[in-house]
Amino acid sequence: MPADFIISLYVFVLAGFIGFMVITRVSRLLHTPLMSLTNALDAVVVVAAMIIAGRREYELAVILGTIAVAASFSNAVGGFIITERMLRMFKTTGPKKS
Amino acid sequence: MNPTIAHNITEFAYLASIVLFIMSLKWLSSPETARRGVRVGEIGMAIAILTTLFATGIIQYQWILIGLAVGGLVGIPLGLVKTTAVPQRTALSHSFGALSASLIGISEYYLHPALTTKFGMVEISLEVIIGSLTFTGSLIAAGKLQEILPQRPITYKGQNVVSLSILAAAIGLGIALMFHPGFTILFPIMVGVSLLFGVMLVTPIGGADMPTVISLLNSYAGLADALLGFVLNSRVLIVAGALDGASGLILSIIMCKAMNRSFTNVLFGAFGQVQAGAAAGKEERTVRSATPEDAADILKAASNVVVVPGYGMAVAQAQHKVRELYDILTRQGINVTFGVHPVAGRMPGHMNVLLAEADIPYDKLLEMDQVNSDMVQTDVALIIGANDVTNPAARTDPSSPIYGMPIIDVDKARTVMVIKRSLNPGFAGIDNPLYYMDKTLMLFGDAKSFVGEIVRELQGGHQL
Repeated sequence: MPADFIISLYVFVLAGFIGFMVITRVSRLLHTPLMSLTNALDAVVVVAAMIIAGRREYELAVILGTIAVAASFSNAVGGFIITERMLRMFKTTGPKKS
Repeated sequence: MNPTIAHNITEFAYLASIVLFIMSLKWLSSPETARRGVRVGEIGMAIAILTTLFATGIIQYQWILIGLAVGGLVGIPLGLVKTTAVPQRTALSHSFGALSASLIGISEYYLHPALTTKFGMVEISLEVIIGSLTFTGSLIAAGKLQEILPQRPITYKGQNVVSLSILAAAIGLGIALMFHPGFTILFPIMVGVSLLFGVMLVTPIGGADMPTVISLLNSYAGLADALLGFVLNSRVLIVAGALDGASGLILSIIMCKAMNRSFTNVLFGAFGQVQAGAAAGKEERTVRSATPEDAADILKAASNVVVVPGYGMAVAQAQHKVRELYDILTRQGINVTFGVHPVAGRMPGHMNVLLAEADIPYDKLLEMDQVNSDMVQTDVALIIGANDVTNPAARTDPSSPIYGMPIIDVDKARTVMVIKRSLNPGFAGIDNPLYYMDKTLMLFGDAKSFVGEIVRELQGGHQL
């Protein structure tokens, strides 16, 4: 088994654990924003797409890479916007704004 | 820039992004800090993108910039959809994420197919299979939620056998490629078969199972990205994918528990089919109905009111009227809380967002367990657009298809009022004995106008 794979596996398992610990603590009120936020964060795959589209290794890669950049970047943009919008709706009792 | 230095800078920047992503999720633990979480996530994303642009040996920028521009133009409207449309938007974004991961995996394969090692081929195949099935599966889910496609489960005889054979074919092709990575013709077939499997996987699921399906697809999308990280040796993708996958998995588990069902049951046992024969033996039962005036009088006399909202409330656009009702009752010193079932709405937590949008304070939104422990002290349980999640048969009738599902025990309140259009059974097609109880008053009508009339009655009474 390649050494890189072993390191990757370590990272994956540990990140999975951190994910479980952090996400089980997320307020149940916020499960919808949680899903849109993880979606936005997951869009970091855009960096891999950019490298594929930008290395000019062969034509198909540039085409597929460009589509992938658009698809994942739309998730980042849309995901952050909608998460922010939803979170702004959550208000507690207390003095009402005019 | 010296390539080694550039590489180190990139790795450190990605590490910073990962740390910020984890902090971002950590701050979602409370609505007070949540917005800080979004900010931090955005910074992490910006760091990752800018570093990639300037330090990874990119030699042509025009296509990247076009991709980013198109992504931005598509992303902005998708970030501005109505809260009722958030479930389909989410499903659509899962499909975009999976599409992106699949395309990158595909272009990685075609870079030098014959040189791919067995191990590398396993990684790529797995990644592309999961990415492709998540892509089409999520598109179908989005279509169902947007009501472009029929929401009822679509089933036929032998469906599971056919679907699983298709999955087996995809895996078989992956194995063949592992031994002969140079057989490039097999690769697009494998992708096509996986795309087909995604369609077959989600088509038979519908109705009340959509929240679970969205969560599962979320975790697949995360897994696809993490696998892509394995293919590319990119730790930032592995971590982001693992976080997303863990989140989707946790939400799926919560959804399954909230419906007392297992994953296999959701995936392979189309819900809503079970009830066909059960409606037959219907005995004559009477219901008591009431007018808005009656309802207003009962609410006025109460001191504890629990509102149980369901997706029907959102369909009727009644949440702002419900907010008015909340305001007027609270002003009269009546304690009003909201009992939110985990599967209320069409995705995890959806109902909370719909109520928060109507300016109902989030500290009044209680989880099922909290509400149930106070239910015996509740004078009035007012059910608006919810059905199955209040069905006492889930507790009492072992022959009911929803037996064992945790419900909001509204039948333990002193008086139950149900706003409903008619006695037609709900989403899952299951009759609700709650409606025939002596303490239950049926308020027949459209949720929005009925709540509006109650509010008007209460206002009138207040002024006189």
